[in-house]
Amino acid sequence: MSKFRKVILTTALLVAGGWAAAQSTAYPGVGRLATTKEVAAWDIDVRPDFKGLPAGSGSVEKGQDVWEAKCAHCHGVFGESNEVFSPLIGGTTADDIKSGNVANLKRADFPGRTTLMKVATVSTLWDYINRAMPWTAPKSLKPDEVYAVTAYLLSLANVVPDDFVLSDKNIADVQKRMPNRNGMTTKHAMWPGKEFNGASKADTANVACMKDCIPEAKVASMLPDYARNAHGNLADQNRLVGQQHGANTATPENKAAMAGAVAISSTVAKPAAKAVDPALALLAKNTCTACHAQDRKVVGPSFNDIAKKYPGKADYLAGKIKSGGSGVWGPIPMPTQGASDMDIKTIANWLAAGAAK
Amino acid sequence: MTTPDGIQSGRIQKAPENFLDRDGIRTVLTESKAGRRSFIRSAFAAAAASAAAPMALAQGNPVPSEGGDPNILNLPEHATGLGQGVASNGGYGVPSKFESNVQRRQSPGLTQTTQASVSFAPLQSLFGIVTPSGLHFERHHQGWWDIDPSKHRFMINGMVKTPKVFTMDEIMRLPSVSRFHFIECGANTAVEWGNVAVPTVQYTHGMISCSEFTGVPLITLLEIAGADLKNGKFILAEGGDGSSMTRTIPMSLITSGEVLVAYGQNGEMLRPENGYPLRLVVPGVQGVSWVKYLRRIEVGDMPYAAKDEAVHYMDLMPDGQHRQYTNIQECKSVVTTPSGGQVLLDKGFYNITGLAWSGRGKIQKVDVSVDGGRNWRQARLETPVLSKALTRFNIDWVWDGKPAIIQSRATDETGFVQPTYKHLRAARGTRSIYHNNAIQSWLVQENGEVKNVQVS
Repeated sequence: MSKFRKVILTTALLVAGGWAAAQSTAYPGVGRLATTKEVAAWDIDVRPDFKGLPAGSGSVEKGQDVWEAKCAHCHGVFGESNEVFSPLIGGTTADDIKSGNVANLKRADFPGRTTLMKVATVSTLWDYINRAMPWTAPKSLKPDEVYAVTAYLLSLANVVPDDFVLSDKNIADVQKRMPNRNGMTTKHAMWPGKEFNGASKADTANVACMKDCIPEAKVASMLPDYARNAHGNLADQNRLVGQQHGANTATPENKAAMAGAVAISSTVAKPAAKAVDPALALLAKNTCTACHAQDRKVVGPSFNDIAKKYPGKADYLAGKIKSGGSGVWGPIPMPTQGASDMDIKTIANWLAAGAAK
Repeated sequence: MTTPDGIQSGRIQKAPENFLDRDGIRTVLTESKAGRRSFIRSAFAAAAASAAAPMALAQGNPVPSEGGDPNILNLPEHATGLGQGVASNGGYGVPSKFESNVQRRQSPGLTQTTQASVSFAPLQSLFGIVTPSGLHFERHHQGWWDIDPSKHRFMINGMVKTPKVFTMDEIMRLPSVSRFHFIECGANTAVEWGNVAVPTVQYTHGMISCSEFTGVPLITLLEIAGADLKNGKFILAEGGDGSSMTRTIPMSLITSGEVLVAYGQNGEMLRPENGYPLRLVVPGVQGVSWVKYLRRIEVGDMPYAAKDEAVHYMDLMPDGQHRQYTNIQECKSVVTTPSGGQVLLDKGFYNITGLAWSGRGKIQKVDVSVDGGRNWRQARLETPVLSKALTRFNIDWVWDGKPAIIQSRATDETGFVQPTYKHLRAARGTRSIYHNNAIQSWLVQENGEVKNVQVS
């Protein structure tokens, strides 16, 4: 906000609220008055009630120009890119705009959460674009450009129409259409104060039982063998001396160890008891895992996401794996894969069947 | 193994020659008669499989056939020659070259840029409660800078009588305090909400560090500016870097005197990666609030919904609602040795050790289980036990060579007991990303390898 408005506001508060703390005189000579110019240069934050928002406006159309020049290479032309940062746009519906709650956030199977699915406050978008974007030249956008880029993003999520001009005058109306505006709660015990009237008790209540607390413990989750060296050789990540050393993960775990694992099964569930799909071994063998992970995007999409997008489409997937390509998941191309037809078929069938681990 | 030239020390032995020497075989045969078969099988197999195989190290420290350890019998160069002079290394000491494995590391595939990323502290190799500054975990939102302190300014504005500007010289003139506190990223252990995802404690828990911070209580600076402490219920802290990261903090925490504007870390200035020359210290609160390169505090009467409290650092619940302004790091602990990716060298005595902490105060006790949570014993707490700081615990353990699942469970001074995954998932599901303070399980296999596991 302009310094002028702020002074007025501060004065009003001064008169209305009284002053709880007297100005300290205990440290003479330390600190000086910040000038109006200095405060204006740094006080750039915009609050949810739009305090701090400078006057100005920008159209969706102008926003698209700015976007394509300065933003699209990281975020994609439509804010959809998952390549450098998480996607900004996607996953919101017209119903969400009505209700103020993004329905897809309830779905455990919905892949990814975009910024527009999460953010409740349009002020947050304006503030952050203004202070920290573009990535390599933060604070270089003029206020009207920030309005324009914000308008463009909101238009991609159908919060505003394509011919919209966003301004300080109508931004409060736009707030009323934010898809997840009612999606926040402060009913929890993790805020270090009483300002939000949150919960007084933590949401978990374990007890410090000491004896016979549970039946036998079963191992429910551990890393698969093919991930053994995924974080590099762990022997190189531990001190050379000590009561333990690092495991040499550059080589497969030795077979004698597996004899041990059989014995383990008497006390814990044996992870190997689950049938392991042969495709999993092929993913490592054909270096698919260099760019794809099971449950998160690396360079390419996750196996889970692919499986969700193409259920039952084994032939299509086999073709895609063989020929490579780009554009479906983002602009980074996947090169033609040299795997055997048999391997490709196995992997494609596994993906089409749900990519079960 | 990254072994600097000429290392033959400790239990690192050249195999297979050293392993299969006459005494080694004799030892194995003796142990075989004593009934330690499973161990021996793996020991032999390991020796055969690879020169660097971990179990080749399992002989401990036998007497070599020549009647003595060459490391004793043949005086080394450092006992027979002249060492190096003072003030070498350019006047700033560095760790031994043999410690080069002890590094902060990125988790492969976690982020696409190194500037909006994280590196994890090597908890498996640390002692006590202080994190060496060069191993402190890093979290940058737009890259780090080494800022000229003579040009750095700190401003206070908003609901204050007089907006103020301070130089570093002025801040460092004010009465200072030095306090030990942990800083933990809200996303520490985030990748493990659903299942095991990473192999070692560095990657599961390495977004925590603990330092002695030196600085000025923020309340002192606010009083100098004449802040409205009654109506100014919130402050906004803002960084001076490209991201100019902002976070809302309640005034009630500041009036308690706990929040510091800090310039010191472990006796020297902050490291650039940790916010040199000025950062906020918000004890008990997740790291994102400890704004680095701190340039401004604004006093206000409502929360700010900054990007990192309105898009990220919110906890998604199963009903689709996000818990916003979840700041406190609840009570948590982890065994750091033995831990995932390590190998126990032999049966026998071990000191199980680890770290415990709570954003709500001091650690009251830590219990340790070696049977996956069925039975527990109370661990010894090392002193000092400080509020909102790491606390080191230890407990004796004699490993019988059988599979074991090691866990630790901390209780803080409010009586809150660290939850299991079952508790956490029942309350929050598996998609909330942040604030995973579940009890960690490490499976010690019969071959000595330790694996990250989750138990049901």
